[in-house]
Amino acid sequence: MSTTAISRNPRHSADSPSPVLSLINITKKFPGVIALNKVSFDVRAGEVHALLGENGAGKSTLMKVLAGKHQPNGGQIFLAGEKKFFENPKQAKKSGIVLIHQEQSLVPEMSVAENIFLGSLPLKWGNRVDWKKLHADSTEILKRLKCTFSSRDMVSNLSIAKKQMVEIARALVFTPRIVVFDEPTASLTDHEKPVLYDIIRNLQKQGVGIVYISHRMDEIFHLSQRISVLRDGEYNGTLNTADTSEDEVTKLMIGRTLKLDHASKPREFKENMLELRSLTVKGVFEDISFNVRKGEIVGMYGLVGAGRSEVAETIFGLRQPSAGEILLDGKVESIRSTHDAVARGIALVPEDRKDKGLILGMNCRDNMTLSALGSVSSMGFMKTSEEKVVYDKYQRAMKIKTPSWRQKVGNLSGGNQQKIVIGKWLHTHPKLLILDEPTRGIDVGSKAEIHGLIKELARSGYAVLVISSEMPEVLGVSNRIIAMYEGRVTAEFDGDAVSEDKLVQAITGQYVTETSGPAHSASA
Amino acid sequence: MNMINMKDFLKGSGFIQPIWVFVIVITVFFSFMSEYFLSIGNLGNILVQTSTIGLIALGMTFVMINGNIDLSVGAVLGLAASLSVGLQDYGITIAVIAALASGLVLGAINGLIVWKTGVNAFIVTLGAMIGVRGLIFVYTEEQSFYATNFAFSDFGAASIGPFPVLALIFLVCTLVMHLVLKKTGHGRNTFAVGGNPEAALDAGIRIGRHMMINFIIVGFFAALAGVLLATQMGAATPNLGRDYELWTITAVVLGGTKLTGGFGSITGTLGGVLAIGILRNGMNLMQVPAFYVLVILGLILISVLIIDQRLNVHASKGVSI
Repeated sequence: MSTTAISRNPRHSADSPSPVLSLINITKKFPGVIALNKVSFDVRAGEVHALLGENGAGKSTLMKVLAGKHQPNGGQIFLAGEKKFFENPKQAKKSGIVLIHQEQSLVPEMSVAENIFLGSLPLKWGNRVDWKKLHADSTEILKRLKCTFSSRDMVSNLSIAKKQMVEIARALVFTPRIVVFDEPTASLTDHEKPVLYDIIRNLQKQGVGIVYISHRMDEIFHLSQRISVLRDGEYNGTLNTADTSEDEVTKLMIGRTLKLDHASKPREFKENMLELRSLTVKGVFEDISFNVRKGEIVGMYGLVGAGRSEVAETIFGLRQPSAGEILLDGKVESIRSTHDAVARGIALVPEDRKDKGLILGMNCRDNMTLSALGSVSSMGFMKTSEEKVVYDKYQRAMKIKTPSWRQKVGNLSGGNQQKIVIGKWLHTHPKLLILDEPTRGIDVGSKAEIHGLIKELARSGYAVLVISSEMPEVLGVSNRIIAMYEGRVTAEFDGDAVSEDKLVQAITGQYVTETSGPAHSASA
Repeated sequence: MNMINMKDFLKGSGFIQPIWVFVIVITVFFSFMSEYFLSIGNLGNILVQTSTIGLIALGMTFVMINGNIDLSVGAVLGLAASLSVGLQDYGITIAVIAALASGLVLGAINGLIVWKTGVNAFIVTLGAMIGVRGLIFVYTEEQSFYATNFAFSDFGAASIGPFPVLALIFLVCTLVMHLVLKKTGHGRNTFAVGGNPEAALDAGIRIGRHMMINFIIVGFFAALAGVLLATQMGAATPNLGRDYELWTITAVVLGGTKLTGGFGSITGTLGGVLAIGILRNGMNLMQVPAFYVLVILGLILISVLIIDQRLNVHASKGVSI
């Protein structure tokens, strides 16, 4: 695996100042998955180093290792030439490493100032909080960030963007040496972005090393000096921003010569199973129209937050549309609850299988029959022998590896867990199967198995909608691909013929429709 | 290796639950301390004494596995007891039916509010606990009621052969509820909803209905316990059932049901109920002063939960503070 690593070693980029931070050959394993495989990454003082990669490429894991949240199974961390091992986030923080999260970690019922100084409140004698100093210092920091809100405001009353600013303010309490921004602009408006850029440049001037994680090419090219790319948990090269182009970076991200197996895709399509007509949920997505035929796999591709999962949730009765229609089998249906959805033959394999797909404390068999208890009971009483028959059937068909049906699903690997979720839905005999990120966090081998399974299901007549932010997955299984960007369908492609560039453009809002795809009739 | 097996054994993934180990230990202990302890008469006594808390605990187990809690059971018990005695002018049958119906209705109201508003069950039933106790005072005008019909109070003391009727009722209900929890779709869904409400919802389970059914079940058992307690005493006082919600929850938690939902069993609850009953009875026989009994019970509850948590450390790994 590491045979190609030598030529891509970041330390070979010779004529540069020595890095303030070096991660060398970091390996991190989770049960059943190698999240990071000998990844090396460095940051110089006063530099913005962008870290790119598809979802699941290992960016967040790498940063969690850096911040002491995960402990690596192998590799070394050097900070200012000194070898470090962070046992917990506090140690990392003390060494001057600050992580600004996507998911926010503020205490909503406290004031802005208290949040900024959380864990390091200024005290006067008698262990009392020095409120005066607290608010004076906070105000000072907020001023540097050009924030308009007061240090006395309650965090729960702030907008998401302002909360993000509080997170950043937190990083400025100490003089940090490394600041990691993880998708910092995801929740910022265009008006607020320049402020963030100013802050980053300021930090740079003070000699702070910045790691900037983002999907947005324009930001990365605007801010960074170097760009590193991760793919499938492996380091995939570093480029100098000045010498490269968006195309080159995109190539590095997708990179692999995709061995697309178009031949194995299903080919026999029958009538429409699902049709959406201008489906809208106000403020979430708008004017979504597409169809899925029986025997067909439609891929839905887009970045996280583009509204894909929300569309699926609406079809599944978890959200109510504010406009538009859902047609099943040619009939307009109103789906008021998940129970309605299941009764109408819809199945949703959710994005987050641990939170939404499985009862982790239950055993394999019980999880498998959960959605169709009626089929294995009579007069309200379960027939455990029939449950076992059902379980055995899917366990064999999908080659689920578990020591016994009694095993709690929480103890299975991601791939096997996902198969249980899929089995659970197959047992409801659905007509439409929606899979949201079906292989997220699943190792390569199981991925291929699940892809094979999806194709097989479509061939046997299921209508399948696959939501994914992984390009090889979408290209590898879909007959057609619907691209989404910021709550709208931007294009519809033939899954066998579309180029990767076009797909990337479509999901980052750069694509101008030239085909017959539902045009984005943007009402500005 | 041995350690791991021991842990599995104690965790109850084998055939015996930790609380039953505890029940056996204290049974052996008290049988040495008092020769009267193991007599049939005393064992029947323990069962009768525990049947009140025990019956409520059966319903509470369902509610808690479901991820909720019901604090109003003590008040519901009190109201049902008062109704079953106070309405005897209309005949015992009608009085008892009205009493049981009050439990069903109050349970349904609790369940409906939790389901439809999404307000935490702790708060909803805390309100119900206060409000229903108020209703008792409104209805009884702070008076105790005495049963005039002897058939009513005779029932409380009746026995079939050597077995007290109340104990038999408790054991039969226990068996039935065990089967409902283990063998029915409702039981399975109760675990699913408590274990992961989102996943249960996504699986197409109507989680609100199952919650409501469980509140009705616990309401019914609280009322049944109230009626049977009234037959034991031949009377009902307006303060009857105070603190019973706490004893019930204690018994259920001792039996291994998790406050967070998703785990638990009727067999464990039976063990928890018996543990409390045996400790009280045994210490009584040893003439431990009543106040010390409470202190010891409190200590035991906390110790058992600490041990339980230690045994389950592996399950919650990853949440390091």
